[in-house]
Amino acid sequence: MGGGIRQLLEQVHRLSRRCLFRVLSMGPLPTHLAFIMDGNRRYAKKRGLEDGSGHKAGFSALMSMLQYCYELGIKYVTVYAFSIDNFRRKPEEVQSLMDLMLEKIKSLLDKESIVHEYGIRVYFIGNLGLLNDQVRAAAEEVMKATAKNSRVVLLVCVAYNSTDEIVQAVKRSCVEKADRDVERIQLVDIEENMQMSVAPEPDILIRSSGETRLSNFLLWQTGNSQLFSPDALWPEIGLRHLVWAILNFQRSHSYLEKKKKQL
Amino acid sequence: MGEKRLPKHVAIILDGNRCWAKKRGLGTSKGHKAGARKLMENVKDCLPLCFLHRKLGKTRVNGLMFMFEEYLRSERHVFRREKLKISFIGNRTKIPQSLLGLIRETEEATKSYEGKHLIIAIDYSGKFDILQACKSLAKKAKNGLIQVEDIDEGMMDKELMTNCSEFPNPDLLIRTSGEQRISNFFLWQSAYSELYFTNVLWPDFGNAEYLDAFTWYQQR
Repeated sequence: MGGGIRQLLEQVHRLSRRCLFRVLSMGPLPTHLAFIMDGNRRYAKKRGLEDGSGHKAGFSALMSMLQYCYELGIKYVTVYAFSIDNFRRKPEEVQSLMDLMLEKIKSLLDKESIVHEYGIRVYFIGNLGLLNDQVRAAAEEVMKATAKNSRVVLLVCVAYNSTDEIVQAVKRSCVEKADRDVERIQLVDIEENMQMSVAPEPDILIRSSGETRLSNFLLWQTGNSQLFSPDALWPEIGLRHLVWAILNFQRSHSYLEKKKKQL
Repeated sequence: MGEKRLPKHVAIILDGNRCWAKKRGLGTSKGHKAGARKLMENVKDCLPLCFLHRKLGKTRVNGLMFMFEEYLRSERHVFRREKLKISFIGNRTKIPQSLLGLIRETEEATKSYEGKHLIIAIDYSGKFDILQACKSLAKKAKNGLIQVEDIDEGMMDKELMTNCSEFPNPDLLIRTSGEQRISNFFLWQSAYSELYFTNVLWPDFGNAEYLDAFTWYQQR
């Protein structure tokens, strides 16, 4: 009986979301949304839970957010899952995060996973050599298995930070132009060598938990992105925050288009 | 205010001069003049370090250049009195010769001052900065001065235009007039900066607004 009511409620939610998204789609929609998923540990502390539960709750919030984005028709979503700086945390925490990541990465290959439901192509972006063999192998397997998907894209930044990405791109550009005139290195050369070049630049960057720092995430790519910092901790993030971000995007988008025409 | 945790380096995107002028039914050049005046006031009253950014709209370049020249000439005594070191960063190839000469003069005249440093970004973009750093490193690698494998974040820091400063990375980045984006200002340098967005237009950004920003910063 309870299960039936739950199913019914879910259907109602889905239907009302579809109506809401239809209204939102009448205005311009972002092509690419990026998230800094901040606040998992604070969430666990707030609820008096043990540390790992915050990250688990964070993962559920991520799945919901991905569902909303792809239902709305947003093609690219990028998430900051694990920064190179995070390796400096306590070893037990790093290990438990790696274990959680391994479990969740493997689950993406399940038939019932969101990857299959939405035809997601998954990229893992970062210095993957810094990960342990198991996590790296699982990530590579998911990238291979989803390589043919083309409807929507999920970019998971893990063992990533932007200055590292830029340095690697600079090194590659230097090597490529070593035999030729180095004066002819252009922005496009560096851009092509960026790991994130598989996606356009994010239209919106959302950082949860009220912090207003980029924390070395997508520095090159978010030069023109609209930045939002809702106070909600990541596990508390919901549909209303996404809708709010998109409404603000639509408001400033029409202003920007006007400005572009003036120039 | 309390000495506890004041930012050593504040970067500011001076947005809103034209909006300010429009609101008052004035021409945009009056807006830029008000903005420049506010800049000079702020420089006198506060900050040990201040970055400023001026995005150049294609149609308004000549007027802005002329205004820069005017102010650099008229405020020379202020720089001397305040012992303010002045540096300019940006793409100098598009700046007219007269202004370029004045920039070199000002930098030369103030280079020995310590303690207060004002860096003015004209025709600057974060991507352009990273590109010129990359070219410089590529040249050094080609000439055998460095190995490409050794290139790291530290080497990039030394090549970026902000290498003229002891504190190249801003602790606090302020953008006035409500836009919530970096607009390709400091990209590399603002990796860990606290970003403060305010609806106040730049010509209205005075001591009270700085106090708000610094109080906010202290709470982070």
